[in-house]
Amino acid sequence: MDKTAETTGVLSGAAATRTDGHEIKVAASNVSVFYGEKQALFDVTIDIPGRQVMAFIGPSGCGKSTFLRCINRMNDTIDICSVTGTIEIDGANIYDPKIDPVLLRARVGMVFQKPNPFPKSIYDNICYGPRIHGKARAGSEMDEIVEVSLKRAGLWNEVKDRLKEPGTGLSGGQQQRLCIARAIAVNPEVILMDEPCSALDPIATARIEELIDELRERYTIVIVTHSMQQAARVSQRAAFFHLGRLVEEGETDLIFTNPSDQRTQDYITGRFG
Amino acid sequence: MSDKSISTAPAVQTGNWYEPDAKLKRRYASDRRLRFYGVTAIVFALGMLAALVGTIAVTALPAITQTMVTLDVELPADKIDPADPRSAGYLKLFSDAVARLFPEVDTPKETRELRQLFTSSAQYQLRDMVVADPSLIGKTVAFTFPLSDIGDQLHKGAIDRNLPSDQRRVSDIQIGWYDRLVEQDRITAPFNWGMIFNADSRFPEQAGLWGALVGSFYALLICFLVSFPVGISAAVYLEEFAPKNRWTDIIEVNINNLAAVPSIVFGLLGLAVFLNFFGMPRSAPIVGGLVLSLMTLPTIIIATRAALKAVPPSIREAAIGVGASKMQTVGHHVLPLAMPGILTGTIIGLAQALGETAPLLLIGMNAFITAAPESMFNPSTALPTQIYIWADSPERGFTSRTSAAIIVLLGFLVCMNAIAIYMRKRFERKW
Repeated sequence: MDKTAETTGVLSGAAATRTDGHEIKVAASNVSVFYGEKQALFDVTIDIPGRQVMAFIGPSGCGKSTFLRCINRMNDTIDICSVTGTIEIDGANIYDPKIDPVLLRARVGMVFQKPNPFPKSIYDNICYGPRIHGKARAGSEMDEIVEVSLKRAGLWNEVKDRLKEPGTGLSGGQQQRLCIARAIAVNPEVILMDEPCSALDPIATARIEELIDELRERYTIVIVTHSMQQAARVSQRAAFFHLGRLVEEGETDLIFTNPSDQRTQDYITGRFG
Repeated sequence: MSDKSISTAPAVQTGNWYEPDAKLKRRYASDRRLRFYGVTAIVFALGMLAALVGTIAVTALPAITQTMVTLDVELPADKIDPADPRSAGYLKLFSDAVARLFPEVDTPKETRELRQLFTSSAQYQLRDMVVADPSLIGKTVAFTFPLSDIGDQLHKGAIDRNLPSDQRRVSDIQIGWYDRLVEQDRITAPFNWGMIFNADSRFPEQAGLWGALVGSFYALLICFLVSFPVGISAAVYLEEFAPKNRWTDIIEVNINNLAAVPSIVFGLLGLAVFLNFFGMPRSAPIVGGLVLSLMTLPTIIIATRAALKAVPPSIREAAIGVGASKMQTVGHHVLPLAMPGILTGTIIGLAQALGETAPLLLIGMNAFITAAPESMFNPSTALPTQIYIWADSPERGFTSRTSAAIIVLLGFLVCMNAIAIYMRKRFERKW
């Protein structure tokens, strides 16, 4: 507990300066999600500022992943799922019929809980996104995208000599960084991460967390995590979900040191969850 | 309470704690009994299989060789026109050669009996030999050709010489001629290539599987070309794109039911639709292939859907997450990963189709056709219908040929299944 407090203390100074002047990147209002008859998310309204890390925390089944998947319309792939309310990215409602989900997902990348590289070469994993979006021609242009993406994901030095080897042959942490590189390769503005470290060991986790901290220079990052320590370490803002409702949202250090809601207090002090 | 349990424990237990009591012994005994039942069942099943394959193999054994006879035939240059060797009188040339060997045979009855020892198409084989190599004209050549069914059976010991003459199919005089041919070293029994490379015939010594093999090949080709793309498209649509509602449920149930429909029903359908309504050629491999593809479709659809289901959802999410459309997700990732499973299912479906007889009988692929089909629109037989035809033929030589044909069919089936197993092992993916 001491260690957590110390970490948040370190972060708080930096966060305060960064929060100022950040424009709103994603603005959700009254978002409700239904799985058939069952309502999974109740009227979530939240603003996510750009070029920061926003962490969604809460116990299992609280709706944080569900809400995350609304931001790039991954929920579209589930037949029985329906979404009401609006989510605006840079002022455009992504649930507007005019919005093409394919273009949306090029702007809002996603990294999943379990590393899921394609069973292809490392190179092909990265270049798949740019290729289908027509962002680069095969050859030196594509080589550059692959190199830049892998460098930003901190994987270049480890794999530069074996780009033709299958991505599934890497270790778990490397696979997850490969997935991050794959998301970066299409040059998104927002990156969604759904518990990206839950399948990794502490060393690989630390590596990913460092990476997230570097990435927020360029991208808006939303991360769902079970680990409150992780939320405290990597995020500037945090939102606490409980039973499908957004309970509290604010600067991470405030949420962790001085939550305004009793449920948040109970959760972060380990009374439930 | 704990006092009580401690005090009752010794009452149940007799002897040392490590000696099993009667109840435990009974349990072990029933375990052993059950294992014994299982082993017995497996031994019984293997025994039946061995008996089946053994019987077929033993029956097929005589068909491995074909008894041949070699005669010296004169091919005088004045009787054969080198410009048109096809039209010469080969029956006369052949008869002369036989007469030289058996000068004492002069009555028409005896001549006929002598000719019965040799295959009835000897003169045509002689003609084909000369046409293929005109340089033989003007020489005396050693002409090797099959003995007839009775000669073949006599050589293979299938005819009992001790029986009275009127109870066996060869007369004493024929046996005498045969023995003379053996003495002169004119009888040989080489490997029966004709069994593979001849088309069907009324005479067992000339009958072969070539027509059936070509017919089966064409039928399977059509079956594959139709059922593979259609089956995959149907499965991909149902699995990846179709909404899950009552209609797709009904379709799914019906596809599963279709796989269990007796094959003869598909034959009736083919007869009614392809032959009677569309007027396609009777007995042709194209119709056979279409009927078989109707039967194979459900198998391929079910196998493909299972293979698609086995592709982990994380791969679909990954592709959609980088902005692939549904079609790209399926085409670039899901389908290639499911391909080994799909191909395995397809090969097993085709193996089933190869052995299918009933629907082919109904569309007339059991016709008697003495030449291999030139295309898939010509009348032909298929392997299983050829077996059916031969099994029905009275000549003794067809008994062993039927079994040999069954072995050829089983060989193809085993090969196809082996390929399916190999592909499954080779391309199996661990997630």
